[in-house]
Amino acid sequence: MANERYFGDGLTYLNPSDLKGKLIAIEGTDGVGRSTHIEMLQEWLEVQGYGVITTGWTRSNLMSKTIEVAKKGNILDRWSFSLLYATDFADRLEHQIIPALRSGFIVLADRYIYTAFARDVVRSGDPKWIRDVFGFAIVPDLVCYLRIDVETLALRVIETQGMNYWESGMDLRLGNDLYDSFKKYQASLINEFDKMAEEFAFEVVDARKPPEEIQEELRAKILPLLNSNKPDTLSQPTGQRSSASSTA
Amino acid sequence: MTPPVLTLDQPHPLPGKLIIVEGIDGSGKSTQLLLLKKWLESKGYNVFFTEWNSSELVRETTRRGKKSKTLTPTTFSLLHATDFASRLYHHLLPPLKAGMIVLADRYVYTAFARDTVRGVSPAWVRKLYNFAIRPDMGFYFKVPIDVAMGRLLGGTRAQVKYYEAGMDMGLSQDITESFRMFQSRILAEYDKIVSEYGLITMDATKDIEEQQNEMRQLVSSALANYKPKRGTHGKRTLFWRRFDLPKSE
Repeated sequence: MANERYFGDGLTYLNPSDLKGKLIAIEGTDGVGRSTHIEMLQEWLEVQGYGVITTGWTRSNLMSKTIEVAKKGNILDRWSFSLLYATDFADRLEHQIIPALRSGFIVLADRYIYTAFARDVVRSGDPKWIRDVFGFAIVPDLVCYLRIDVETLALRVIETQGMNYWESGMDLRLGNDLYDSFKKYQASLINEFDKMAEEFAFEVVDARKPPEEIQEELRAKILPLLNSNKPDTLSQPTGQRSSASSTA
Repeated sequence: MTPPVLTLDQPHPLPGKLIIVEGIDGSGKSTQLLLLKKWLESKGYNVFFTEWNSSELVRETTRRGKKSKTLTPTTFSLLHATDFASRLYHHLLPPLKAGMIVLADRYVYTAFARDTVRGVSPAWVRKLYNFAIRPDMGFYFKVPIDVAMGRLLGGTRAQVKYYEAGMDMGLSQDITESFRMFQSRILAEYDKIVSEYGLITMDATKDIEEQQNEMRQLVSSALANYKPKRGTHGKRTLFWRRFDLPKSE
């Protein structure tokens, strides 16, 4: 059955209408600082008493090894490439994300389906197929997009972990060396993210700002989401609740 | 950068021909395809044969998933689609571009039937596989469940496999009974697929040679306008293959 919580053709065997938690996706290209901010957000939320789980790209039990092996083999065509990630995502969705949402957790997703969209579209030019494939995804309550320009990104990546084969999109043969390829590949990814930011109403955060400022902005965007669906906040004395339930 | 559009919805523009067979286990489709292959080769065609089986990478993953019992209908479906994608890219596309006749034992319709029975949305699985190349000819070997079971249990493949029997779906504790129920549902799905995708239904209860003759006639007329690129090995293949071909012309 069609359900608005699903992105497209959903899971027919799973009704998502009782998902109490909140799903927050942090998107952005490689090396933009997503994981650092997710760590800080988790800390901030847990201090306030919210249950939090984080989930990240290629971290599923089923697929993480497989994807590693496949990447080493460097034999991936466009479809296998996207489908491996879709399988990884489905495994995490069904075994981590949905159960956590059902139990009322806040799920912080380090990348979401939009990363897969960007990567596939850059390789194929066809936005339709990959969106159909991810039809079973749950639509997030909030997508924060850490936006950066490719010049700043290149400097930052060189200073930190260095450029690698996949983040440079070397499979696409866009440039003669890692640097040229990185810039062209990341520029087209950023371009795709920018387009999707409008289409899917991402909350855009400028990732060139100092980390503290970015974190403040992210928290400000998350806050309304929490208040709207959490009646028993700290302001409400816990004693009241227990007495209310005992009289019921 | 944009390659020619290959989708399941439209005829492909490649010089080769893609002929596929579908049907449940025990329908005799593999036997028929093998005989067709022998015949085409004896005519001097360059033939490439491919099966619906798993690559090492995906087999390893599926094994892990089965072991931990964490495979869901969706991950199961996606894993097989991944495998198919890589097979399409590495095995089907090159011979079709080279103008060969490609024979496929099972194709995407296997996934449509099986994955739908396992519980994914029929619309979703069709969209998922939309990157597949549309076959030039598709044969569906239709057989009643009892005939298929008789062939399987009486034959060499007496052991029905766990997942092929849909044992993970909890239909029945008895593997033979589970197989019957699971494959019956697949038959029902195939019936929908046949009309949806215009597959040619073959009566798989007929004698082997009778079915094969029908199949050869149909293929023969479908290949009327096909201009094969004949390799230099054509004649030689014919010479050597003749000796292990009792049923071929």
